[in-house]
Amino acid sequence: MAIERSGSKLFKFYLPLVMYLVFLLFPFYWMVNTVFKSDKELYDMSLNPFYIHHPTVHNIVRLFTETIFLRWMANTFFVAILATLISLAASLLAAYAIQRLRFKTSGPTGVAIFLAYLIPQTILFIPLASIIFKLKLWDSLWALVLTYPTFLVPFCTWLLMGYFKSIPKEMEECAMIDGASRIRIFWKIILPLCLPGVLSAGIFCFTLSWNEYLYALAFISSSAKKTVPIGLVTELVRGDIYHWGSLMAGALCASVPVALVYSFFVEQYVAGMTGALKE
Amino acid sequence: MAEVRLENVCKHYDKVVAVDNFNLSIQDKEFVVLVGPSGCGKTTTLRMIAGLETITSGRIFIGDRLINDLPAKERNIAMVFQNYALYPHMTVRDNIAFSLEMRKRPKEEIEQRVREAADILGIEHLLDRKPKQLSGGQRQRVAVGRAIVRKPEVFLFDEPLSNLDAKLRVQTRLELKKLHERLATTAVYVTHDQVEAMTMGDRIVVMKDGLIQQVGSPMELYNTPANRFVAGFIGSPAMNFFEAELAGGTDGLCLQSGEVRLDLLPEQCRRLERYGRKRILVGIRPEDFRPCERHEQGQTISGEVEVVEPVGNETYVNFRAGELNLIAAVGRKTIVQAHTRMVLQPAMEHLHLFDIDSGKSISK
Repeated sequence: MAIERSGSKLFKFYLPLVMYLVFLLFPFYWMVNTVFKSDKELYDMSLNPFYIHHPTVHNIVRLFTETIFLRWMANTFFVAILATLISLAASLLAAYAIQRLRFKTSGPTGVAIFLAYLIPQTILFIPLASIIFKLKLWDSLWALVLTYPTFLVPFCTWLLMGYFKSIPKEMEECAMIDGASRIRIFWKIILPLCLPGVLSAGIFCFTLSWNEYLYALAFISSSAKKTVPIGLVTELVRGDIYHWGSLMAGALCASVPVALVYSFFVEQYVAGMTGALKE
Repeated sequence: MAEVRLENVCKHYDKVVAVDNFNLSIQDKEFVVLVGPSGCGKTTTLRMIAGLETITSGRIFIGDRLINDLPAKERNIAMVFQNYALYPHMTVRDNIAFSLEMRKRPKEEIEQRVREAADILGIEHLLDRKPKQLSGGQRQRVAVGRAIVRKPEVFLFDEPLSNLDAKLRVQTRLELKKLHERLATTAVYVTHDQVEAMTMGDRIVVMKDGLIQQVGSPMELYNTPANRFVAGFIGSPAMNFFEAELAGGTDGLCLQSGEVRLDLLPEQCRRLERYGRKRILVGIRPEDFRPCERHEQGQTISGEVEVVEPVGNETYVNFRAGELNLIAAVGRKTIVQAHTRMVLQPAMEHLHLFDIDSGKSISK
């Protein structure tokens, strides 16, 4: 009986899990694999492609010496962090107001914000480009800092609205009777209770800003102001020559910060996404 | 310390009337209980006093101050909520100190007053814990501590015991009452539990559909309910009601309902003669029945026992007399068996009589 159960668990749970893991992790393996291979080995069809025969760090050296990769990283950090902060500030206030102040148009406002999220970036970047031109922000990192919230704010607002809803109203009412103002209540009661929600919204913003491609491609032209995704593709793909090794080295280095952020906050992220407020 | 006065207070939500023309004057240091079924407007009334709900019309005074437009924090009240509303991320100490910190009291005073409150409630050893580490009863104490620390003019309680188990509820009820005596502060207490209302209130306000049904001391409500609703709401098990015809009896008038006949007392006869109608609603409390040996037409009711429910100190007997289903509460020493015949004598002097249409009492 026990053997039967453990056997069924092996086939129903562990085997699919392993297959899923292999499926998810294979691209990362391939990336690492490519980084440490020389071009000659990479294009040699007679060798086993899953194995590194002559490891080399040449691709990484080339990435850091022949391109301004560190500059792109700094740019990406700058844009991602600022866009995240702006989006969080806006969505926190919007979500709280829609959920708790209950003004006449609070329902429609919530829906309108959500609808804004449904407009595809490919349509939105044309009018946004015209606005960026008029603000004289063309080819500036501020163009990205200001446009990224257009897709970050709607999602975060909805995520946080769900979160605020889970906080008992009585807690705020009690604080109100205790003598706290709205701002105070927001700062001392709501925000600490919503920390998992705020963190997951923040991680979401940071990751999306970090990986964003279209707006960065459209609004930035000079090499020194590019973000990592654009920098790698435009500088390491020259004509029809792909510098696979360096491209992969760049992708690997760029995924490290996001992976770190996720691993630090994974618990809060899961709690935030599932909207669980445990008393 | 202050009295609370509500004058013609109304609350409408669009077209729904939650509270209708509420008039009540609560004396200084009085413990008033608002009681009624769900949706009767009792919590809305409390929330209007607290300033958590706007008032559609009417006026509310605390002491001499008109507080209609005063924000909650300036009303000098404290409220204990049904779910306690403790701040989960703060320790018990911070929870209790919160209101004093908001009012920017000096640190030493806060510390001293938190200690005082904790001492009164016996929760000194819990001060450094978080709410999730406390039991239901302990959380309830913390919620009360948070209310008393500020020494407000009025305490408002919104069903504070309903999340506790039955035993703890009885114990906490007693403690709250003692606490009220000790602090001597005006208190308004909302509950749907009539036992809580009876045991705790100096005065009880019974509400239904946003309207006050009766205001009075617990025993006034029990002995002289103003209408059928109050009569049925106060007392457990609930009062027996049945419709009866007035007929000529052996000596004066009697009540006739199917095969049940009860002779009225001379005073009741005089009152009913003045009343003039032929059909009335009769109410008998289960505890006003007394078991008898022999059936005497006009004096006792004879019926078949259907279900016997012993609760320890007394036994509830559900019996059927003709068309009537009645319940009687008899002493624990009376041995009753289901599906046997039983004779019960109602205490006629405690009979309650109501108008069938309006439900108003015609006993007095």
